[in-house]
Amino acid sequence: MTGILRETASQTAGPYVHIGLAPNQAGFDIFENNFGNVLVTPQTKGERIHIEGTVFDGSNTPVRDVLIECWQANAEGKYNSPGDRQPGKKLDPAFRGWGRACSDFDTGLYSFETIKPGVVQGRKGRPMAPHINLWIVARGINLGLNTRLYFSDEGEANAKDPVLNLIEWEVRRKTLIAQRETRDGKVVYRFDIRLQGDGETVFFDI
Amino acid sequence: MSRAPVAGDEFMMRDTTSHPPAYAPAYKTSVLRSPRNALISLQQSLSEVTAPVFRAEELGPRDNDLIMNAAKDGMPVGERIIVHGCVRDQYERPVANALVEVWQANASGRYRHKKDQYIGALDPNFGGCGRMLTDANGYYAYRTIRPGPYPWRNRVNDWRPAHIHYAISGDGWVQRLITQMYFEGDPLIASCPILRIVPSEEQIRGLIAMQDTTAFVPLDSRAYRFDIVLRGRRATLFENLVQGEAQ
Repeated sequence: MTGILRETASQTAGPYVHIGLAPNQAGFDIFENNFGNVLVTPQTKGERIHIEGTVFDGSNTPVRDVLIECWQANAEGKYNSPGDRQPGKKLDPAFRGWGRACSDFDTGLYSFETIKPGVVQGRKGRPMAPHINLWIVARGINLGLNTRLYFSDEGEANAKDPVLNLIEWEVRRKTLIAQRETRDGKVVYRFDIRLQGDGETVFFDI
Repeated sequence: MSRAPVAGDEFMMRDTTSHPPAYAPAYKTSVLRSPRNALISLQQSLSEVTAPVFRAEELGPRDNDLIMNAAKDGMPVGERIIVHGCVRDQYERPVANALVEVWQANASGRYRHKKDQYIGALDPNFGGCGRMLTDANGYYAYRTIRPGPYPWRNRVNDWRPAHIHYAISGDGWVQRLITQMYFEGDPLIASCPILRIVPSEEQIRGLIAMQDTTAFVPLDSRAYRFDIVLRGRRATLFENLVQGEAQ
């Protein structure tokens, strides 16, 4: 490929990723404005949801130093990004659709406060079921892992989703489905991620 | 190529030979944190070609000044340096408005982090993190203290070369990248397990910042140059399948 540069090599985020990307969790206060795991304000349109889960390594031990970023469309299914030119869908000025969360150093639990995204037009006009894109980095992960979170109460849309259907092994598709429950009147989706071994989460080369 | 790519066009396929493998036993922590199944390759959709947009007003005026952004009652200890460079894509086009976040140990090789137990001293005037947006030419710059090397538990006498961590967010989700920058001439580079698992010398060289005398500030700071290449966005010929406009 003459004339094409190589992408800069990836390196692990290391154990101290929090210093750079979530300094409050590292134990100090430096920036006025911190990027975090709350994607919504009171003005954001859409159904409020809480996502939580644990990332497990190949020995089934929680990964307590992981950082996860999410990227999603708004309640109408539009990304807050100049590349999204889907006709007829409006931006929500109170929703960027991006956030980052760290697992708790003790429990290993991560969480996001967000809204459930709408359907996004996929390639060749095939609709994609509501989903959230996740990017996972940590010590021991040499190249950030990409996956998608889908919703357990979207069975019909999930069954037609072009990306889920691309996964040849039906048994592996369920690793991408977050399970809906109601807790204290709030909607909670549980999404555990298994880096390796039994029930290994599907990761994508995107 | 008939036209320049625009936002919403897709990116060229990732060349995985540019990156260390997920499973790299020389870096022991990767053994249990690496998937065993092949990644599923996706043709990009809007979910992959879009990305969040960051605005200058979200960052503070001293966020790219690591010498001063955590100083309490004096200057941090260590060598004052400037690090600068360009963020481009694989077609050498500048990536404007990319979010560049950096973090590092202090001159003693100690991180300001509750989990770092190394005996090297904390510096009360040094935090070790900064962030900035690239300008219209993809250019970024910050000043800091040159970090020190430090020992880590891999083999018992493994030492990390001095390095600065980078996280870069471009204008497509597929461009998201975390890496580390090393310093020209550091003798620890030759034996670092985390660096040696990068599959080619060419790619390792790409992670080593070169001293840049042209950017020195006389009687004040030395400078290093570190350029970054993100995935290339290509003009989609004939029809835009990503947006779903053609059947």
